[in-house]
Amino acid sequence: MFASLYNFAHWLTQNREEAEDLVQETYLKAFKGFASFQQGTNLRAWMYRILRNTFLTSRTGLSAKMTDPLDLDEGPAAMPVTSDTPESMLLARADQQAVLSALELLPVPFREVILLCDMEEMSYQEIAETLGIPIGTVMSRLSRARKSMRDLLAAKMHGASK
Amino acid sequence: MSCDWREKLDRYVDSELSGGELTEMEAHLRTCPACAADALTRLQLKRMTQAVGRRFSPRPEFRLKVEQSVGASQRPWWTMRWVPALAAAAALVLLLIPAAIWLQRAHGEQTLGELADLHVAALASANPVDVVSTDRHTVKPWFQGKLPFSFNLPEMQNSPFQLMGGRLAYFQQSPGAQLLFEIRKHRISVFIFQNRAELSRLNSESSLRRKLAFSSETWTEGGLRYFVVGDASPGDIHELSELLQSAARS
Repeated sequence: MFASLYNFAHWLTQNREEAEDLVQETYLKAFKGFASFQQGTNLRAWMYRILRNTFLTSRTGLSAKMTDPLDLDEGPAAMPVTSDTPESMLLARADQQAVLSALELLPVPFREVILLCDMEEMSYQEIAETLGIPIGTVMSRLSRARKSMRDLLAAKMHGASK
Repeated sequence: MSCDWREKLDRYVDSELSGGELTEMEAHLRTCPACAADALTRLQLKRMTQAVGRRFSPRPEFRLKVEQSVGASQRPWWTMRWVPALAAAAALVLLLIPAAIWLQRAHGEQTLGELADLHVAALASANPVDVVSTDRHTVKPWFQGKLPFSFNLPEMQNSPFQLMGGRLAYFQQSPGAQLLFEIRKHRISVFIFQNRAELSRLNSESSLRRKLAFSSETWTEGGLRYFVVGDASPGDIHELSELLQSAARS
């Protein structure tokens, strides 16, 4: 879990030093607050939640929140792309470098929900516990995050194909 | 375009569809090329995100630093050193309790076995009793001056038991009374001793045991330890015990 937590911290902060500070603080908080951990609940979600809350109160986390005034969970659900649109054809050609660039460009709330789901392979329930939001919100945020990522990728592939 | 299905594609690639929904979705994907292609694109993107996402690993020296700083801070209770010792002690106690119960039971069996021997030895003797009388007012005074304690005997007239007499008995270096009763040709010995530590380890509650066709019952009353031993039925042994208990309390 240590390596996974560090990786997630690095994705949030985009910086090794800050990621290390974040992980160290998370572990100290977790051990000090272990009494508050309810046996039988999800330890991984609990640790990620501490890490994320610690990040949100850090300088980088606060500025990330300030620069991402998104209506994350508002508005109609993102309309998925259809397979016969140029966007979908472009996505099929996306490589790892393109996916990496798109992930880095995503605002933190979108990036974290995608990473928790796809990279950490958390269930929607675990993501809900980690982020402290209802499962329905997890689903809608994930849908918008993926739509945003597909748009970024499509734009990148479109630019590359010109 | 089937939006209902498209909305569920994320949950499909994330393995979050319930059993029924999953079956329906798989059936739909077999008949709808557009949704199947979309699902494949989403799955590929998810796999690529997973591969790309795992790109930062902690430095070994940082891992060591965190381990040391956490170790220096307060440890959670389950990592404390005394916990294994406590667990070992608890395990030992759990082992010792059955052993102690077994020892106590073995001690009880041995005591009752020795008393059964005394009972049989008395019956085998030419003179089973030293004071021959069916009258409790004769038998009880006979023990005066021979024993450092006194006891009460029940009135037997309205019971199926008959008092045959008494004798001195020695058990574990202590003198006591042995009273012989008869019921339907079965003879029962009642032993009365001063209660001592060795005897008090026996079950203090009135307890009935049956071994080698001998039934026995023992209890403590007024600092005296009573044993009733004989080849009569457990019901008879118990009835006589109750008579003696009520006499002792009167």
